[in-house]
Amino acid sequence: MSSLDSAQVARLAGLARIDLTAEELDRLSGQLNAIVDAVATVSEAVGDDVPATSHPIPMANVHREDVVQPSLTNAQALSGAPDAEDGRFRVPRILGEEA
Amino acid sequence: MSTLTYESALEKYDPVFGIEVHVELNTATKIFCGCANQFGSAPNTNVCPVCIGLPGSMPVTNEKVVESAVRLGLALGCSIRESSRFARKNYFYPDLAKDYQISQYDEPTCYDGELEVVLDDGEVVTVGIERAHIEEDAGKNTHVGGSGGIQGADYSLVDYNRAGVPLVEIVTRPIEGTAERVAEVARAYVATIRDIVKAMDISDGRMEQGSLRADVNLSLRPKAADGEDQSAVPFGKRSETKNVNSLRAIERAIHFEIVRQAGLLDAGQPVHQETRHWHEDTGETTSGRSKEEAEDYRYFPEPDLLPVEPDAAWVESLRGTIPEHPAKRRARLQEEWAFSDLEMRDAVNAGALDLIAATIAAGATPASARKWWLGELARTANDAGTSLDGLAIAPAQVAAVQAMVDEGKLNDKLARQVIEGVLAGEGEPSEVVAARGLEIVSDDSALEAAVDEALAAQPDVLEKIQSGKVQAAGAIVGAVMKATRGQADAGRVREIILQRAGVNP
Ligand SMILES: [Zn+2]
Repeated sequence: MSSLDSAQVARLAGLARIDLTAEELDRLSGQLNAIVDAVATVSEAVGDDVPATSHPIPMANVHREDVVQPSLTNAQALSGAPDAEDGRFRVPRILGEEA
Repeated sequence: MSTLTYESALEKYDPVFGIEVHVELNTATKIFCGCANQFGSAPNTNVCPVCIGLPGSMPVTNEKVVESAVRLGLALGCSIRESSRFARKNYFYPDLAKDYQISQYDEPTCYDGELEVVLDDGEVVTVGIERAHIEEDAGKNTHVGGSGGIQGADYSLVDYNRAGVPLVEIVTRPIEGTAERVAEVARAYVATIRDIVKAMDISDGRMEQGSLRADVNLSLRPKAADGEDQSAVPFGKRSETKNVNSLRAIERAIHFEIVRQAGLLDAGQPVHQETRHWHEDTGETTSGRSKEEAEDYRYFPEPDLLPVEPDAAWVESLRGTIPEHPAKRRARLQEEWAFSDLEMRDAVNAGALDLIAATIAAGATPASARKWWLGELARTANDAGTSLDGLAIAPAQVAAVQAMVDEGKLNDKLARQVIEGVLAGEGEPSEVVAARGLEIVSDDSALEAAVDEALAAQPDVLEKIQSGKVQAAGAIVGAVMKATRGQADAGRVREIILQRAGVNP
């Protein structure tokens, strides 16, 4: 079956911003492989006659009208923030990366 | 490293480019919540649990976003997918509160289109459109402290008013074969998208405000030898220059990247596949992060949103709302209006096309409509620092003033005063005429009296006229115009003078 090596798991951890020791990487690689294998059994059960789906309920087009609803106040919006300044969320500086 | 000129770089290398244009839709609300979609509000005042990513909040798609996206797709000649869905694009950045962006990945709503782009000299280039998908915009970061730039910042401040503003991202296929016209084609392509979204009124299309943003991908490959097939040469590694936000900047960024990449290739160095940042002040790009592979974003279907399945009949009805291709419309109007190339270009550059068209539709001739909008009104707008469509006068009002000129009720000078009155908020043209008493003196007896008076005051002129020097009548016309405060029809005054002098006109 599919198998993730520890380099791939390290890459995933990097993308998820999680620091892992070599020992943790080893352990988690084993666990992740067990999960991937478990999920892969689904493909054994599915034939060509079953279309892929992302939603189990046959519904579509649940939309709303383009009508403005009340927003939070600035104070409400910032009430759960660890830090704020000038009406904005204050966050640590971003290093070595840009969107 | 060798420094090639742009021209010599293009002699050796063949450019291939692609453009991603992000169009911010001008819906009333955001894409997945009812917060106002508004530019320029106080920070974090158009936000709610959905768009600041609070746990437990649920997105619901704005139907107007689907409509605008489908219409835009149709305008780009795209097929509309029977069933499309949203996906989560995962990455960490503070302007993205949820740590993922809701976008579309493997099932975009619009795909497989093409757009004709008309260059200044009339040459038509067809650009392939790979897809146009729906996604949400991110918030806005401000870096504080240090150098102010991202690298030296001490901390960042985030405003989520823009988070969740609806976007359509239009992705081209690789555009080949443009050679030395590469920058021109890129510019014309983005200008065409801008004209289309404005004509459809689905976006402000304002690059300077970020409601239309472009990323430019560019790569070079060696030029094929004579007689060889250029398209058989594999593409080179491409750079993606982000946020190139004016038409001029698109040309400049392409120039810079071509020279930069050609320099590397000439020196035998690799071009890296990477994101680059555009610097408007220096006209240069600098290296950003290496470009993620799609798998790094760990896309997966958005479980909180249901598929979008536009009804086929509805899509067909929307097809009827798609405006004519902007360049073709311009060509058609120029022919209909009999404008010279220069006159047409002036009208386009002044943003006067729709105003002139509406003025003509309200009854004015093309020449008179152009005269008002590019003359008096352009000067007024320029003095006021506003655009023509920001003036407090409607095309129908301009047409009404012109109609009074054509009927002989106003001369040019009076007509300008009426326009001035309308602009000053004094009401409709007829009301301004009545209130200011501007109508031309068309009562012949009043004009005759004024002419007689002027002739009596200047008997020498009368003699000259009677001796055949008809042009001397000008002095009398001037005197009568003065006496009537300009409210006389000069042509009619002239006729009366010749009549009174007993000379055949
Ligand atoms: Zn919201």
